[in-house]
Amino acid sequence: MIRPKRLGMTIAHRAAILVYVAFALFPLYWLVKVSVTPNDLLYSEGVKMWPSRATLDHFAFVLEHSDFPLFFRNSMIVSVSTAFIVTILSSIGGYALSRFTFRGKFWIVGLMLLTQMFPLVMLIAPIFKMLSPLGLTNSLSGLILVYVAFNVPFATFLMQSFFDGIPKDLEEAAMIDGATRFMAFRQIILPLTLPGMAATLGFVFTAAWSELLFALMLISGVDASTFPVGLLSFVSKFSVDFGQMMAAGVLALIPACIFFLLIQRYLVQGLTAGAVKG
Amino acid sequence: MTEAVSAQYGRDRRPFLRRLAIASEPYLYSAPALILIVTVMLVPLAIGISYAFRDMTLLDPFSGGFIGLDHFRAIAKDKTFWLALKNTVYWTGYSVALQFAFGLILALLLDKPFYGRGLAQALCFLPWAVPSFLSGLNWAWMFNPVVGPIPHWLYGIGLMSAPDNILSDPDLAMWGPIIANVWWGIPFFAITLLAALQSIPRDLYEAAAIDGATPFQRFRSITLPFLAPTIAITVMLRTIWIANFADLIVVMTNGGPADKTQIVASYIFTQAFRRLDFGYASAIAMVLLLLLMVYSLLIVFLRQTLLKER
Repeated sequence: MIRPKRLGMTIAHRAAILVYVAFALFPLYWLVKVSVTPNDLLYSEGVKMWPSRATLDHFAFVLEHSDFPLFFRNSMIVSVSTAFIVTILSSIGGYALSRFTFRGKFWIVGLMLLTQMFPLVMLIAPIFKMLSPLGLTNSLSGLILVYVAFNVPFATFLMQSFFDGIPKDLEEAAMIDGATRFMAFRQIILPLTLPGMAATLGFVFTAAWSELLFALMLISGVDASTFPVGLLSFVSKFSVDFGQMMAAGVLALIPACIFFLLIQRYLVQGLTAGAVKG
Repeated sequence: MTEAVSAQYGRDRRPFLRRLAIASEPYLYSAPALILIVTVMLVPLAIGISYAFRDMTLLDPFSGGFIGLDHFRAIAKDKTFWLALKNTVYWTGYSVALQFAFGLILALLLDKPFYGRGLAQALCFLPWAVPSFLSGLNWAWMFNPVVGPIPHWLYGIGLMSAPDNILSDPDLAMWGPIIANVWWGIPFFAITLLAALQSIPRDLYEAAAIDGATPFQRFRSITLPFLAPTIAITVMLRTIWIANFADLIVVMTNGGPADKTQIVASYIFTQAFRRLDFGYASAIAMVLLLLLMVYSLLIVFLRQTLLKER
């Protein structure tokens, strides 16, 4: 039998969840709404919840008559590479920060914190001057290099906190049984940190996916442009075509959303608690 | 730590190379990340800092000379800078506080299993996947009375006397970017706090419940102490990021009306890209950097104290 108080709590809980979901989704809904509104109704029916005529013309135009598919491909290459490289580097680095005390650790942490503290705008001119003799401006590899460096410090802190949550006894037991530390790290600790790694992967992917400033400054040609730069081109070319721009925005959201739906289940698993018990 | 103990007492008979390998292990683990950070961020930072003491205007062939502290003297007299500094405090304070509060509530709501949790979680976290400038554009659109619903709602519930655009109202404009920022940033806190919540051993709650602890007592004496280190580090990083986060403001209000939404980061952006004055922009960035360093030293100190207590 369910007690009334319990039932009331459950209803309040579900209602609160619904409010969050509505708040999170409404702006996205509006984005979709604008993207299917025909140009002639964009302002006259601007406030209506749904236009009296919906059209997919904006999407068709973006896919067939713009460079958007190319931007999309570039963004995909850059974001996926960045996410994987950063996750590997930050897992190793985060493990070092979590498990060892060593000379210079304080300074390493300090330097990594320092990288989070200034506006990256400050770095644009120097980075451009450094990368251009190496042929890394106007190339996707250069962009990946820069994004990896920008994301590694935070990802390392994140991974460190995930490692901190895993008891040291686990790898100490393995090392007593004759495993080297690296074996223990790879075979025991890393599998337990998979949810953490998935979270890191997700953070970095979205950060790289939406970065605009450096993509704008380091890339000048269409061939290596990522999609945020491409989106801006809808603003600067002739006049702003909001319908097309929002359509491109909706398309750009799809991979990020799919990525999120895939990784979020790793967060739910809470493998750490299970490892301590089992 | 068997190696450490045996090394201390001089009984280590393992080969020299093996001992060297063990001693260098932490450095090998952190080296790849560190090398990248130094070459791609810290070296350019040093160069950028040097700009603060030089007359660096892009496209001006005669610029580049050393001018000492002139930029910093100019900052001291720059009224827009001081206004921007004040705005930065408001912007960062409200954004972080609201993101944290709503993020923590969301994490707590999602912590216990219920039917449809996976879906609810995925949907609530979705704003994080939206590129910041796209969400800025979209929110600016929604705040506009011609094409967006928000002014009409605010008018409808009596919060506004007419459905106007709050982005063009000097007294309210800052709330536009703040709301967009809260929407965008709640998932960050919710994700990290939820991950921390899930790593708390469930047995603790069961034991506390058996001993008759109320839900509030359990929250205060189990949840909060376990979350505290995560809270300290995420609030610190988030504060720094938001203080530096100009995208939403640049896209939504561009610092206006009358510099009422100009924060230091957007002011730096304006100086660098509208006026191409990289020297002055770097000098302002240095001031911001120093302020944020003082702030984070305080938080790091706090976190160390919290960790020791555990």
